[in-house]
Amino acid sequence: MANSNIVARTGNEAMAEAMRQINPDVVAAYPITPATEVVQIFAGYVADGLVDTEFVPVESEHSAMSACIGSSSAGGRTMTGTSSQGLALMAEMLYIAAGLRLPIIMADVNRALSSPINIHCDHSDTMMVRDSGWIQIFSENCQEAYDNMLQAVRIAEKARLPVMVTTDGFIISHGMERLEILSDADAKSFVGAYKPENYLLNFEKLITVGALDLQDYYFEHRRQLAEAMKTSKQVILDVAKEFGTKFGRTYGLFEQYKMDGAEIAIVAMGSTAGTAKVVIDGLRSKGLKAGLIKPRVFRPFPKEELADSLKGLKAVAVMDRSDAMNAQEGPLAVEVKAALFDASASSGANKTVLDYIYGLGGREIKPEDIEHVYNDLSEAAKGKAKQKVTYLGVRE
Amino acid sequence: MATQKKVKKPGWKELPEGDLIIGGGTAFEFKTGDWRSRRPVFLKDKCIHCLTCWAYCPDSAIITADGKVVGYDYEHCKGCGICYHECPVKGKAIMMVSEKEAKAKEKK
Ligand code: SF4
Ligand code: SF4
Repeated sequence: MANSNIVARTGNEAMAEAMRQINPDVVAAYPITPATEVVQIFAGYVADGLVDTEFVPVESEHSAMSACIGSSSAGGRTMTGTSSQGLALMAEMLYIAAGLRLPIIMADVNRALSSPINIHCDHSDTMMVRDSGWIQIFSENCQEAYDNMLQAVRIAEKARLPVMVTTDGFIISHGMERLEILSDADAKSFVGAYKPENYLLNFEKLITVGALDLQDYYFEHRRQLAEAMKTSKQVILDVAKEFGTKFGRTYGLFEQYKMDGAEIAIVAMGSTAGTAKVVIDGLRSKGLKAGLIKPRVFRPFPKEELADSLKGLKAVAVMDRSDAMNAQEGPLAVEVKAALFDASASSGANKTVLDYIYGLGGREIKPEDIEHVYNDLSEAAKGKAKQKVTYLGVRE
Repeated sequence: MATQKKVKKPGWKELPEGDLIIGGGTAFEFKTGDWRSRRPVFLKDKCIHCLTCWAYCPDSAIITADGKVVGYDYEHCKGCGICYHECPVKGKAIMMVSEKEAKAKEKK
């Protein structure tokens, strides 16, 4: 295994550390809680001459993403960071970045959306831009945030899609953990040099970027984007495989925890998956066949793969840290059910899927809450399903 | 006058990725001349070849040779009349005429 240092870092520090090692050509950002530190720390690296990055401080997140689009179109490896309302303000430009197929990399620290104003964690910001054409990678802890950032660069540039790597606001962003960092040389060689095929500052090969594209061509370009999202699955797996071989930490489209012989399972993203693992260990020792699926990538959604891993289960609970306000269920549950619907059409095996909307605005999710979900699942597995959508931890 | 060729448009697999147009000077292929309702007509005898019209034309539709105006590229001239407006010659070295009438005359 390659050289690595073990350090204590918060999620924001871990992401900034990855950015230092990546040494992008341009970072344009506007600070927002709880993501402020990512670019604040990085700005320190710029000031201290530890990176050669052109740092562009702007007056809003909309401008930050606009500057990123300009720099990425020009041919520069480009990064930014944001959260919540900042991501919302970037939304218009996010679609443009994806439509232009620009490999911009973003550290997105998950935080609730207003109103009411709230600075704490939930996934509603990332979910709000889930259809923008950005690859979305969720991290369970600081280590994954760091590893995902390094991999994101390779994924973005190979898939020619922008990538956001998320962490849970405050829980990961400000929580200090044990982190194994690669040596600068290893990180640098893994990330490699950026060689865009087409870029505006290439005077040998002229291009126009972002032309008007009406009824004649728009549809074809969106079809291309849809295809890029599909094929990015393999890119993500290839990059993860190389990362695993080189550095010993393996990643996939999702993680399966104690799924061998599992009868019931939770699907949960981000830091909650870590809590669920502790709960599962306890339940398994009591003989309950509980497992966990932790989606790492929400976009592209690993439909077939996920449905396959849920195949033999009697009941599934999806944990949604945001609400889709669709009078149906949370966004993750909708995706999981859609995946299972197609799978059950061929296998004929329908299963109970419960959805738990939890943790909005930083409301704590404790091991006992997750245990409660597994208890519900045990009942559901016996055909005694409770309500399909539960607002877990809300006061009645 | 520009004629739109009936060509099969490329499918999504053939298009360059990401709303890019590969190659320079491609605006030349985009004919703006069929929007026109009026057209400039060059009055050679009055022109002092100051090239003001050439500098102002938003479609680069003024054709010059050896530093002198020789006429208009009607495939790209969209008839905005800026050249006419900016021409410093008293009484103008450019005349704006109705496109419909000019076309009718061309046919004869
Ligand atoms: S009418 Fe407008 S477009 Fe046509 S030549 Fe004059 S300035 Fe150019
Ligand atoms: S502006 Fe008038 S005088 Fe000057 S070059 Fe053009 S047509 Fe001739």
